[in-house]
Amino acid sequence: MSFNPKHILGIKNMSAEDINFILDTAESFKEINTREIKKVPTLRGKTIINLFYEASTRTRTSFEIAGKRLSADTVNISASGSSVVKGETLEDTAKNIQAMHPDIIVMRHNASGACQYLADRLDCSVVNAGDGMHEHPSQALLDAFTIRQHKGSIKGLTVAIVGDITHSRVVRSNIYCLNALGAEVRLAGPGTMLPPGIEKLGCKVFNNLEDAIRDADVVMMLRIQRERQGAPLIPSVREYARFFGLNGNKMELAKKDAIVMHPGPINRGVELGSMVADGPQNVILDQVENGVAVRMALLYLVSGGEKLGSE
Amino acid sequence: MAEETIEILDQDGVNRALTRIAHEILEKNAGVEDLLLIGIRTGGAHLATQLQQKINEIEGTTVALGIIDVTMYRDDLGSRNNLEVGKSCIRVPVTGKKVVLVDDVLYTGRTIRAALEAVIALGRPHNIQLAILVDRGHRELPIRPDYIGRNIPTAQNEQISVDFDDQNVPQAVHLLRK
Repeated sequence: MSFNPKHILGIKNMSAEDINFILDTAESFKEINTREIKKVPTLRGKTIINLFYEASTRTRTSFEIAGKRLSADTVNISASGSSVVKGETLEDTAKNIQAMHPDIIVMRHNASGACQYLADRLDCSVVNAGDGMHEHPSQALLDAFTIRQHKGSIKGLTVAIVGDITHSRVVRSNIYCLNALGAEVRLAGPGTMLPPGIEKLGCKVFNNLEDAIRDADVVMMLRIQRERQGAPLIPSVREYARFFGLNGNKMELAKKDAIVMHPGPINRGVELGSMVADGPQNVILDQVENGVAVRMALLYLVSGGEKLGSE
Repeated sequence: MAEETIEILDQDGVNRALTRIAHEILEKNAGVEDLLLIGIRTGGAHLATQLQQKINEIEGTTVALGIIDVTMYRDDLGSRNNLEVGKSCIRVPVTGKKVVLVDDVLYTGRTIRAALEAVIALGRPHNIQLAILVDRGHRELPIRPDYIGRNIPTAQNEQISVDFDDQNVPQAVHLLRK
């Protein structure tokens, strides 16, 4: 089979076959990252613009390294320090960037749907690096890749995701991705961080951490996104850490060989105790490592093929 | 015109060709020292495995074997649908080695160009040689094989297929005329 997307906007419309194709492709690109000379000429002459309206270290660096290892020219634009602060609209910024003929725009934006908006208006490929509270497809794919690496297969696994579900785009992408691949998804968080109706996406909802992680194969902890909350949703960070933070004792409820994941950056001592964050079950740095390979695969896949509307 | 399939080589024919190529490789390189077989995914990889066995039968030594996928080095990405990118697996350093690239069919030579780039990206071999089961002509690049199983002049609209069984043992070579 072949998978020839023009854009990568979200996991929602991807089939299990598509997802596995991306993961298999990433598997092949992973080897390049361990070479002495970490570069292949695959995307030579392509220009990739990383347009980041929100702070990011991991994702932006990961996309930039992925592009560079494939020999593309990558340019980073962050909102602070660009004409965005002078009041230019997203569409105007994008049209101006398009006039410089990039091949791919990788965008992170604080508005849900911003990537779709851009994809509808530009000729180049758009890759979503996180849009508002909507999706963060590359994160879900690298999570799936990491789970597959440690567990062999995703089918039949129980994955507990704990934290601020409402504000998390990582969760939404992960629910679509893990469901497509046949895992059981459990969610847990304080009531104020659990959006009503989320179970309709195909997951079980718990209001305490213990029940959610009991006998789980994978425990995915989310960051408390202080920057995304208007009114505080929790009485105090300490109280949150006490009830929804993962520590060594609570971790014993999960399966013995369970792995702990976190999309980063970690609030140490809040959602993850140091015992777990540095413990043998954590695969957080594998996630970061695999992120480069997965993003190489995404950049490769949107670059190939003659697609409708790309003329 | 009706489709037509002609058998060019049967299993014994493929076997004899590979046995001869194995002998030629050993003769030209005066033995197995520093030899590294690299098969090009997927047909070439299967044939390289066969050559490794044959060399073992002749010399009693197992030569190093690697597999490369050249998709990342192709020059036609973007003008066709996405190709699956397979894994490359070469466990020994290529620097200083006498590399024998192995592929099933040689046609335009573009795959071999990509393979040369892929190998050179990994190090600086002593030399690179090329072993091919079927050379069907129509080269678009100045590439010439060192070891050839069979020369088969073809028309552009014809296809050559090398068939393998479940164990990746070559069974036959067919010419498809459309």
